[in-house]
Amino acid sequence: MFTGVMANTWLAATVVAVIAGVTGFFAVLRGSTFAAHAIPNGAFAGAAGASLLGLNPFAGLAVFSVAGALGIAGLSRRSRPDVATALTFVMMLGIGALFVSWSSQYAQEAYSLLFGEVFGVSTDEVLPILVLGALSITAIIIMFGPLMLSSALPEVAAARGVDPRRMELAFLLVMALATSMTVPVVGALLMFSLMIGPAAAARSLTARPVLAMTLSVVIALVTVWIGIAASYQSNWPLGFYVGVIGAGFFLLGRAYAAVRRRLAVRGSPRPA
Amino acid sequence: MHYVFEPGFFASGPVHVALAVGTVIAITSAVVGVFTVTRGQSFAGHSLADIATTGGSGAFLIGVNQFWGYLAFGAGAAAFMEMIGIQRRRGRDVATGVVLGAALGLAALFLYLGTQYSSTTGASFTILFGSIFVLTSSTVPALIASALLALATVVALARVLLLTSLSPDIAAARGVPVRAVGAAFLMALAVSVALSAMIIGAVLSTALLIGPAATALRLAKSPVKAAITAAVLGVLAIWLGIVLAYDSFYWPPAGRGWPVSFFVVTLIVGGYLVTYLRRDRRPAPQENIDTEQACSPA
Repeated sequence: MFTGVMANTWLAATVVAVIAGVTGFFAVLRGSTFAAHAIPNGAFAGAAGASLLGLNPFAGLAVFSVAGALGIAGLSRRSRPDVATALTFVMMLGIGALFVSWSSQYAQEAYSLLFGEVFGVSTDEVLPILVLGALSITAIIIMFGPLMLSSALPEVAAARGVDPRRMELAFLLVMALATSMTVPVVGALLMFSLMIGPAAAARSLTARPVLAMTLSVVIALVTVWIGIAASYQSNWPLGFYVGVIGAGFFLLGRAYAAVRRRLAVRGSPRPA
Repeated sequence: MHYVFEPGFFASGPVHVALAVGTVIAITSAVVGVFTVTRGQSFAGHSLADIATTGGSGAFLIGVNQFWGYLAFGAGAAAFMEMIGIQRRRGRDVATGVVLGAALGLAALFLYLGTQYSSTTGASFTILFGSIFVLTSSTVPALIASALLALATVVALARVLLLTSLSPDIAAARGVPVRAVGAAFLMALAVSVALSAMIIGAVLSTALLIGPAATALRLAKSPVKAAITAAVLGVLAIWLGIVLAYDSFYWPPAGRGWPVSFFVVTLIVGGYLVTYLRRDRRPAPQENIDTEQACSPA
């Protein structure tokens, strides 16, 4: 279970979980969960295009996820962000449908892009994942302060000279970068589940930002590790375990927050 | 005329069904969409389509009529989202995302089990794209009835919905049950989206829900006008899309026809971008004047 190709699987999945935990935390904090869904899913159209032209799917994924980030950020200037995201997303998928209809043998490959091939990660694939992963984490660390401020207190950030639009664009680009490397490994659907569930759970456990981000990474790691072990044993897809375990952690976090709130109400002195 | 409509277009049975059902779906989606966009629930609208599709593949797996799978998962997911906090503006996207994430996990499982038993490699594909040309006329009546039900709910609630969307506080002060109204709308949204996802796929479902409504809301001033404009735009987009897809059979790379979803999405997004240009022009002269004044010597 830990040898040979499986060693690559554990390594790749661990890197992906760390990145998903960090970017997911900001996605949840900023309310950009729709973008977190749209960018990985829409990027698959790029892979379809690349395979049509006989290029490396990585290139297609990178181009389309960056284009998606630019599209969402650009349209958001004058539209509601959710409308901007929805329209960018459907446009990318529409183009994807066209690419797929042009190439006849794409269906199987598309399946692996949506649901991932985490048990078939080759040693050649691990290196780019590590590099891109380190890049996106570095980018987040560099802009950590302003990003946190503009996510939690947008007005204060704007008053201090942080341009919210530029921040949004920067964040979406990091998400695009993370996506183009993770989608071929874990699949677009799993990437989304892994970004949202753990981060949302962490946020209901604590309000302190750095602690919440750490927790989000830890929960993402635990989710994916349990998922791989269970998937290895049962042969059921990893995406299923990650989706369900992530949601389970969220419900646990919610229950914990509710209990704590009730205790706090009971413990506090009653107003006379 | 021959250049627009390829020979046989009007005689083709699948085309008739596609046009009829497409029209019903486009109108329902557009009207529901106006409220979805106003309430900022586009993400929920899209997620419900994905989740309903998961239900469809689940129903297929256990041998139940897929129609009920779509409806059950759509409605169930709406109830879940409502329970874990979609009604609060801040928690809305997270609640939607968590439910969607779990449902996508189930989708992976259903597809895996499905391919175990029947080896349908194209299954993952219909999840995203659906196909309007595979409709059979036997599902049409049940479908139209459910669509009308969702539409009627939204129209009946229209006034209260607008009030609760624009200023929930005033609505609450006037004694409107804000949460119940929101829940009823979410349910109507789930039903309408589940139907459209079943027929035209999750992508087109989202496109028809959000695109025409967002465009209409930029053009029309009153909600009623916006709803009518959105319905007209949606119907035009789907008709034109079907005509183009039918025509494209002879286009390069030939022999297969381009997908309907590509045409409809392009028309819808293109239409939205056109309103952008229009908006651009109006403030522009003023800016020009301002710069002229600023640059001119005092």
